[in-house]
Amino acid sequence: MNQGDLSGEYGRWKSGPYAKTCARFPERKERFEGSSGIEVKPLYTPLDVEQVDYVNDLGFPGEYPYNRGVQPTMYRGRFWTMRQYAGFATAEESNRRYKYLLEQGQTGLSVAFDLPTQIGYDSDHELSAGEVGKVGVAIDSLADMETLFDGIPLDKVSTSMTINAPASMLLAMYIAVAEKQGVFANKLNGTIQNDILKEYAARGTYIFPPKPSMRLITNIFEYCSTAVPRWNTISISGYHIREAGATAVQEVAFTLADGIAYVKAAVDAGLDVDDFGPRLSFFFNAHNDLLEEVAKFRAARRLWARIMRDRFGAKDPKSMQLRFHTQTAGCTLTAQQPDNNIVRVTLQALAAVLGGTQSLHTNSRDEALALPSQDSVRIALRTQQIIAYESGVADTIDPLAVSYYIEALTDEIERAAADYIRRIDEIGGAPAAIERGFIQAEIEESAYRYQMEIESGDRTIVGLNDFQIEEDRPSGLLKVDPAVGDLQCRKLAQLRAERDNAAVEASLAALEHAASGSDNLMPYILDAVRAYATLGEMCGVLRGVFGEYKPTVAY
Amino acid sequence: MDEGRKIRVLVAKPGLDGHDRGAKVVARALRDAGMEVIYTGLRQTPEQIVAAAIQEDVDVVAMSILSGAHNYLFPRVMQLLRERGVDDVLVVGGGIIPDEDIPGLKECGIAEVFTPGASTADTVKFIRENIKR
Repeated sequence: MNQGDLSGEYGRWKSGPYAKTCARFPERKERFEGSSGIEVKPLYTPLDVEQVDYVNDLGFPGEYPYNRGVQPTMYRGRFWTMRQYAGFATAEESNRRYKYLLEQGQTGLSVAFDLPTQIGYDSDHELSAGEVGKVGVAIDSLADMETLFDGIPLDKVSTSMTINAPASMLLAMYIAVAEKQGVFANKLNGTIQNDILKEYAARGTYIFPPKPSMRLITNIFEYCSTAVPRWNTISISGYHIREAGATAVQEVAFTLADGIAYVKAAVDAGLDVDDFGPRLSFFFNAHNDLLEEVAKFRAARRLWARIMRDRFGAKDPKSMQLRFHTQTAGCTLTAQQPDNNIVRVTLQALAAVLGGTQSLHTNSRDEALALPSQDSVRIALRTQQIIAYESGVADTIDPLAVSYYIEALTDEIERAAADYIRRIDEIGGAPAAIERGFIQAEIEESAYRYQMEIESGDRTIVGLNDFQIEEDRPSGLLKVDPAVGDLQCRKLAQLRAERDNAAVEASLAALEHAASGSDNLMPYILDAVRAYATLGEMCGVLRGVFGEYKPTVAY
Repeated sequence: MDEGRKIRVLVAKPGLDGHDRGAKVVARALRDAGMEVIYTGLRQTPEQIVAAAIQEDVDVVAMSILSGAHNYLFPRVMQLLRERGVDDVLVVGGGIIPDEDIPGLKECGIAEVFTPGASTADTVKFIRENIKR
């Protein structure tokens, strides 16, 4: 059948059987739409993908524009990395959890740090009170890092670290621990998040103002391109932007706009785009709308390939490949009937796999209530294993491609995200758009709309605003011992008493001097780390030179 | 309280936690309900929150924490308010707060704790019904 006949046939069906049925039995809603407001039509046909040029718009796995995936064999070669974000209390306790997860078949580590660590305060700083070891592990110095990875061979695992403002210090600690294990830096695999722009816009663990922050980031790009060549030097993150309330389109747009800003900063600092481009990685959210999410991942991949090739003139195909980690959407989990969260996470994880993720964290059912218990984490990991080993979806590449709906939606999301990026370019790029509060305001608007949809009943959340039951709150939640703070402070006092304080002073003075100039700071940070300078001391020196970021936008 | 005077609310983020989606949604919902809302922004110490509450002469302090530091930070705010002789301000809290922690928080003076799934309409209603002045 040719397209003309199809168009006629479609019109006949739409005004005939479809319209007649709608007249007798109205549809559930007047308008169906995805998170981004893109209308979902009742039916998709070849007419919706008329514009799609298979070779140019989809291509083949492992080839430009990577719509169908970044590797030629995808999960037929190897499953995605199953990487559960974990860390709490002390390095000793977190080390035990990592070993447990590895024993259970997890294939990569993902370190959660507590807030004082993420903001560059030692555990004994007054602002750390009450926060030590709460949302992640407390790391004050190389000594804690040695404990954290005790008995875990760093040449055998890949480790992702959710660390941003002080990313260079934690990476330096990781390198130093590896040295002590006899592992050279060029053998290390892993990722640091190192994405400061989304901290200003959505996540909040910033320390320094944008300019010196961007310098620290480009210093890492430059240092790792030779010294730690397998390391993913940044994980440009849409996850937290989405968690803060953004839509699928906004998640893609704001993440890639941040990516553009990092590439531009590095190119402006004199680096070649193909020297650092292949080590850029991404981090996305997997939300509830399964098909919209699959289309989102595919759209992001194609849009980034085009940006790297056309805007930045990248030549190395690896620079154009958007490789990404995914985490299921924490904000969708309910405290009510928490076992239902296992089902939500399954659907979200399926979206990530159908969307071609390189690694995946599945949330635990109890995360709307507390840090996950060991049993809940195991179920979350098993969810990934069931998708991988039992569901069959990993046996062929990009199985939803050329679905009329998926391709039409992929195009629409890409187009809408590109429009947003154009608006951000007009403002002067992501840093300027954040400084003006544009990105934050867009996210807040979406967050508010989502909440009002729930409260008005327009959006049903099972167990929350419909299908409720009387229930007891679950027991067996994980609780971090408040004594962790005192313990960590005692360890710190002991460290300060036992280390070579003259060497610490000298390394900090050298770091301060270098920060005032234009040298790459990584070697100075490594020296200070090896001398057991604390994270708070190193960040304190840099706070003195760089100043601290103060949000400019009043709410 | 005086008829015609708008309820003034300080929405505050104590501690180092950067999750302010909930705080901002609540702030906007209270504003839409006709209240005057001041949002502190992130990383406020208990001292800063109490100083802002006094300076802005608010009727309500609404604090949000998702980092698990509530058992330290909420009571600290209450203690400082008492030390400054403030006893007519309604203080409420919200965030990921386990049920078992709630009685202790109420005992120290937090009037209500809103946990995941609470609606902004309930928060508005609670504030209107329990305001102290």
